[in-house]
Amino acid sequence: MKDTDIKRLLYVHLLCIFSIILSIFIPSFFLENFSVLETHLTWLCICSVSVTAVNLVLYLVVKPNASSKRSSLSYKVTRFLKCCIYFLMSCFAFHVIFVLYGAPLIELALETFLLAVTLSTFTTVPCLCLLGPNFKAWLRVFSRNGVTSIWENSLQITTVSSFLGTWLGAFPIPLDWGRPWQNKYSVWLMVLTESARETINQMKDHGVTSEWRFF
Amino acid sequence: MRLGSGTFAACCVVIEVLGVALFLRGFFPAPVCSFSGTEHQTESPAPEPSAGAISNWTKLPPPLFSKVVIMLIDALRDDFVFGSKGVKFMPYTTYLVEKGSSHSFVAEAKPPTVTMPRIKALMTGSLPGFIDVVRNLNSPTLLEDNVITRAKAAGKRIIFYGDETWVKLFPKHFVEYDGTTSFFVSDYTEVDDNVTRHLDKVLKRRDWDVLILHYLGLDHIGHISGPNSPLIGRKLSEMDSVLMKIHTSLLSEERETLLPNLLVLCGDHGMSEAGGHGASSVEEVNTAMILISSAFERKPGDVRRPKYIQQTDLAATLSIGLGLPIPKSSIGNLIFPVVEGKPMREQLRFLHLNTVQLSKLLQENVPSYKKEPGFEQFKVSERLHGNWVRLYLEENSSEVLSNLGSKVRRQYLDALRALSLSLSRQAAQYDVYSMAVGTVLVLEVLALLLVSGPRALSGKAELDVPLPSPAFSLLCYLLPLGLAALHVTVCTSAGGTCYLCSLPWLTAGGVMVLVSTLLCAVLSALTGMFAGGKRLSKNPPQCNSRSSELDLLILLGTVGHTLSLGASSFIEEEPQTWYFLVNTLCLALCHEIYRNCFLGDDCAPQRCPHAGEDFDGVAAAPQGKSPGPDVWELDRASRRPSPLGALRGPDRWMVLASPWLILTCCRLLRSLNQTGVQWAHRPDLGHWLTSPDHKVELSVLAAVSLIMIFVLVQKRCSLASKVAMAFGLLGIYCYRVAIGNLLFPWQQNNKDISKGITEARFVYVFVLGILFTGTKGLLKSQITADDFTVKTVGLWEIYSGLVLLAALLLRPHNLPVLALSLVIQTIMTQFVWRPLRHNAAEVTVMHYWFGQAFFYFQGNSNSIATVDISAGFVGLDAYVEIPAMLLTTFATYTGPVLWASHLVNFLTSEASSGSALSHACFCYALICSVPVSAYIIFVTSLRYHLFIWSVFSPKLLYEGMHLLITAAVCVFFTAMDQTNTKS
Repeated sequence: MKDTDIKRLLYVHLLCIFSIILSIFIPSFFLENFSVLETHLTWLCICSVSVTAVNLVLYLVVKPNASSKRSSLSYKVTRFLKCCIYFLMSCFAFHVIFVLYGAPLIELALETFLLAVTLSTFTTVPCLCLLGPNFKAWLRVFSRNGVTSIWENSLQITTVSSFLGTWLGAFPIPLDWGRPWQNKYSVWLMVLTESARETINQMKDHGVTSEWRFF
Repeated sequence: MRLGSGTFAACCVVIEVLGVALFLRGFFPAPVCSFSGTEHQTESPAPEPSAGAISNWTKLPPPLFSKVVIMLIDALRDDFVFGSKGVKFMPYTTYLVEKGSSHSFVAEAKPPTVTMPRIKALMTGSLPGFIDVVRNLNSPTLLEDNVITRAKAAGKRIIFYGDETWVKLFPKHFVEYDGTTSFFVSDYTEVDDNVTRHLDKVLKRRDWDVLILHYLGLDHIGHISGPNSPLIGRKLSEMDSVLMKIHTSLLSEERETLLPNLLVLCGDHGMSEAGGHGASSVEEVNTAMILISSAFERKPGDVRRPKYIQQTDLAATLSIGLGLPIPKSSIGNLIFPVVEGKPMREQLRFLHLNTVQLSKLLQENVPSYKKEPGFEQFKVSERLHGNWVRLYLEENSSEVLSNLGSKVRRQYLDALRALSLSLSRQAAQYDVYSMAVGTVLVLEVLALLLVSGPRALSGKAELDVPLPSPAFSLLCYLLPLGLAALHVTVCTSAGGTCYLCSLPWLTAGGVMVLVSTLLCAVLSALTGMFAGGKRLSKNPPQCNSRSSELDLLILLGTVGHTLSLGASSFIEEEPQTWYFLVNTLCLALCHEIYRNCFLGDDCAPQRCPHAGEDFDGVAAAPQGKSPGPDVWELDRASRRPSPLGALRGPDRWMVLASPWLILTCCRLLRSLNQTGVQWAHRPDLGHWLTSPDHKVELSVLAAVSLIMIFVLVQKRCSLASKVAMAFGLLGIYCYRVAIGNLLFPWQQNNKDISKGITEARFVYVFVLGILFTGTKGLLKSQITADDFTVKTVGLWEIYSGLVLLAALLLRPHNLPVLALSLVIQTIMTQFVWRPLRHNAAEVTVMHYWFGQAFFYFQGNSNSIATVDISAGFVGLDAYVEIPAMLLTTFATYTGPVLWASHLVNFLTSEASSGSALSHACFCYALICSVPVSAYIIFVTSLRYHLFIWSVFSPKLLYEGMHLLITAAVCVFFTAMDQTNTKS
């Protein structure tokens, strides 16, 4: 059982990374003047949309916590709506936090908001997929010893490392290199860390897998 | 023998202050300067020496040149002119160097090889140190005696084109100028065209005496593409053609005048192989200098290699060339070939003037000047010169005269060289020995603090001072002897340049004893720790528990901040680092609160009485910021499973909202004063408020802040101090109205503005009154011994007295900073620290972080320019040094001081355990001394960095001052702790 879970987990992460990479290369076929550095806003949109889509599809296909009891359509609809509201709320919450961290209030508001959206897709969407709109469950997963399954473990690692990546992304801002990307709140570094953590995650999965086989 | 850890920490910090002071003394060598001020007209020039017969030549010699053109090319390295590049690209200059009437030199620049100090060196002849940057705070004008000021005073008309730095250094000195900014490094044609376009017009005119041209293009090319770029050649050819134009024009003009003209081609600093400059490599230090004048005779076929001179020599030479007195603090000597063609009497006269000036400077700066070889030589040559003058006046035979003359000349030249050498050694060296001793002291203290950390933070907060074994004590006796021997060796070999060596023997011996005692203490503490470690490891393993994200954050934050001090841009933007850390701290607290609120019961069983044992790993980490294992037992043993679970109603909501409130406050404060460098120019609320159009808004804001301060402070004061506080705050408003910052609602038009001395003194009376009541309460609590509330009230009154003083000294637009800091303190106390029961160490670190953040919220930064000196004049008629200094220091460090005194209040009133205060003192000492020690090492290793004077040195001063404040705070802590234990 656990073995298959680990395999699925591995595929899920591989697909996520793949979708990020694709979101860099695919749009250049359709859009003119597309480049990751120049039209960063478009790219961010595309990237977050694709990651969300991949997450949702995977959730529907893999169903890590398939509940046995059948639920009515209305329940599902309300659940979905709740998820959407949670997502929007998290976007706004992240935006507020960025502003509290010192992002300018009015200028660059769009950039800041897009960063918030991206961060939400990397953190809130997997949480919503896995745990549903249940705030207590989230808090449980993100406190020590609160993890119950390997899926939650992976969720904890990915989300925390996304936050860490964003946090670390602020470091180049004070450097006086005078590069324009420094002002974009270092989305790039975040994305880099993003892919790095996916890799780390994958390695960890491998580690777990081999351990499992050893036993 | 046992020692409280608070006392121990206070002692450590005091010793550390000594170490840092010693380091600073070595790092900022006392500059060589003349103390007699700049009123130069009064002094008459030194008369010609004479033995017996009285010389009739007492006036300054007449100028040698009628016009002087200084063509300064930024980053003109010596081989650009004298090397293969010069031959290839500067044919005219090469012709002048090889065949023409010129003298060529390699002028050596002293580091920092940056434009502004180099211009100062060229024009004053002194070596600008950092201290004079501090001394003329905020005024970039050159106040020292210099050639330009002298020339202007003598009625010379000076024209300048080129780098704007000159215009800033010498405002109102030039009859005509056009400054170009060196801001856009990528532009290397426009900057020079802007200089050259004036040339044709100016060279035709006859109405000037000195023309200064500063070309920036070459330096810019170096910064872009390095010294081997093809652009360099093109630029050199351009410069060559400019030189040719000037020279031919000067030559054609010379036919009509009697005196020759002088053209100086020089560079301010060199260019490293990478294209930059600032450090002290050979390529950066060696610059070309060519003096061109028809007065310089040259025999055909006379090939000379460029001689090595100092850059500072130009000032003395120019002064003599223009017939001006030599600048007082010049350490350069006359470039002798310039006057070689003159009659012997004039030559000797010039040399004499220069030696007299140098020996005067030596007398002012070196106490033991009589022993200096240069001074002895000067005396000898002056006597010989006197003899020569007597012979000359008696009109002896020319044979004897010229023989004696050349002997005197040689003597003078030797004396000049020796004098200028000993002066420049005085000025330009880091006193590495003092720096090393200071660093050793600081590091030993840090090691002692770190090693004794776990023990000092244990439940009893006491330290054993073990009595050493005989062998060990023998070592301790031998060590000072060895160090003394080392000291003698270093001092005898290094000469009189060390500060430590110039100290009296007893003091130096004391320092040595201190160093060795500390070393012994560290060693004994280490052995004690190993012994203790064995004992500890026998203890049964405790259960792993409570998550320590907060402690991890504190540890990482401190380490990260310390490491960030190694980079110049992180120092410039240090405010951002603190804001970032404080925000993260708030979010971490938020996480902890939410977890405790919603899941308190789930986590409860995982806690155990020995909570915090899992920090062992963190605590044992080398930085040791987080306290040792045993602290937690006392504080946490009584911790209920879910402290927040029990809260209901509005309290619970307040707890949940508190981190967000604090974050919002921080964000507001952050937009009040933009600090740092990159974002300092952004519009901020502070500027908006201080503009005269918004006086009404500022008045309302100040009034609201004052009322908030009153509301927040009064609740724990006694009645008398409540009234005093109210009057004091009212007085502050009146004071600000009196000096014209604020408005009364009923007063529409501006009244006459006074200095507000009465109002300010009125407030001072209340401040002193409140402080006095507080101290009285404290003393009373010590005598009556059982009255706990009297003590807390007394402490709070001292705190509120400080708040009142701060409110008086801070600018009105900064009053919200004070009010919001009180708000944050109240919220944190009520809703975070008390319900969550953080231990003393955590609370201390949080106070420290907030204190640092508030230091920058006030508008401070790491450059000297932001120190608000006006605070030193509040309530004073004139500048009185000591009160002004104390007030300025308090106003600058309001944030850290207020937060530290709030920490004392909080810990005393909570009184979770008797040792909380000493733990806090120890933590405070440790967390302050870690960055200082690290920074001292960084600065030592980066002392030839490009930004050492602009970025690193001011920060070093700030750190030193901060450490001094910390020492004061720690002593205060210890005093409170003593009263605590007695009562």
